[in-house]
Amino acid sequence: MAIRDRLSGNEAVSYAIKQINPDVMPAFPITPSTEIPQYVSSYIANGAIDTEFIPVESEHSAMSAAVGASAAGARVLTATSSCGLALMFEELYVAASNRLPIALALVNRALSGPININCDHSDSMGARDTGWIQIYSENNQEAYDNFLQAYRIGEHPDVHLPVMVCQDGFITSHAVENIELLEDEKVKAFVGDYEPDHYLLNAKEPMAVGPYAVSNYYMETKKAQTEAMKRARDVILNVGKEYEKLTGRTFGFFEEYRTEDADYIIIIIGSGAGTTKEAVDRLRAEGKKVGVLKLRVFRPFPEEEIAAAVKNAKAVAILDRCEGFNAHGGPVGAEVMAALYQARVHIEVRNYIYGLGGRDYRVEDAMDVFDDLEGLVNGTKEVELYPYIGLRAKG
Amino acid sequence: MSFDIKNITEKSPWQDITEGNHIYDGGTSRDFNTGEWRTDTPVFKKELCTQCLLCAPVCPDSSIPVKDGERLDFDLDYCKGCGICAQVCPFNAIEMREGK
Repeated sequence: MAIRDRLSGNEAVSYAIKQINPDVMPAFPITPSTEIPQYVSSYIANGAIDTEFIPVESEHSAMSAAVGASAAGARVLTATSSCGLALMFEELYVAASNRLPIALALVNRALSGPININCDHSDSMGARDTGWIQIYSENNQEAYDNFLQAYRIGEHPDVHLPVMVCQDGFITSHAVENIELLEDEKVKAFVGDYEPDHYLLNAKEPMAVGPYAVSNYYMETKKAQTEAMKRARDVILNVGKEYEKLTGRTFGFFEEYRTEDADYIIIIIGSGAGTTKEAVDRLRAEGKKVGVLKLRVFRPFPEEEIAAAVKNAKAVAILDRCEGFNAHGGPVGAEVMAALYQARVHIEVRNYIYGLGGRDYRVEDAMDVFDDLEGLVNGTKEVELYPYIGLRAKG
Repeated sequence: MSFDIKNITEKSPWQDITEGNHIYDGGTSRDFNTGEWRTDTPVFKKELCTQCLLCAPVCPDSSIPVKDGERLDFDLDYCKGCGICAQVCPFNAIEMREGK
């Protein structure tokens, strides 16, 4: 029987960490992820787990220590947000290229500047090409569920890549909701022990990690790394299926909510999906054929599956909680549109920017987007290619 | 399967590159002639050498072989020409020459 509780997103991830009892956690506090190392420190102080907590002087050091501990053979994690992730930028690449299955609990927060502590996805989207697997959570339950699956994915012999599990700052991390937790023994059995084939502390096998790769080796190394990212697709799906057997909850690359016959679909990441589902329910009650595709896995990017999922729609709105500054949209928009082009899916698409720096995204906003799409297809409305939601503007 | 760094070469396809370029062996620097990088070369003047042996321990690599308490001529396979040995020698028994 699952344990029913009420937890915030940060509490949920910390509880997952407690149940896994990883070997090493280097971390530096930054809002809104600070509570995670705080809760884990309490678990350690109370003797509930024996994780080695390393208080470091910066996030640059946090990820450096994580790389070192992981190369040594430990199961490692850290937690951060926003500028903390930005300060890890160099080591994020090092962790991935050294094929170290580190887990990172990311609590999404806007990047400076202007300085802002609230939610958007500019931090993790900035790290989208670092070679980390990225999994996004809609609510506290998913933050917990996704974190429990992280090591199974990253440590899989076909993968060996670090995994970032993201949840929305404050909206998910600090809001308390009902949650179903697994029993400790079920978590232990599911996650299993970490037994790396090669590790620095193995006295029987001397080893070097991170050697210099001249031009004659660098491209081959990067190709091998990207193939691991491709193989992660099957592993993510298989781990999701195994977790579903344990919990009854389904985990794929994305969740399709009332999209089966939908003419208009919103593609969105994170907590905004819940808001959009409410808009879908209200519009469905009026007979509108609308749905949501909530993207869970952004790295590796499930381009064929997304294209197949929306190909029968008349119009799609891709909502980005991150400005791309390429002057034509956000990162999710760019990738989804590339996927649609490759799959020869030629439908109306608009790329909205919403929720930057914690700006509210309301049910009415989602309903307006669906109205835009319908008007666009019916020829009764002109919609620019790249609108902002909830923006104050003249005229 | 035993690992041999020499099996990975500049002709190896990407499938044969180890994960993360990890090297599953120790002391593999012996297999690489890093002396190729050298732009200046130390010249050993045996007639000035008193065998004080200040030079051997300051060599950052292993380019000054010592046998039976006496230093021998340079092993240039690993010497990058840093010149520390020439700086430390009190008897001008090591001279730095331009080029390989």
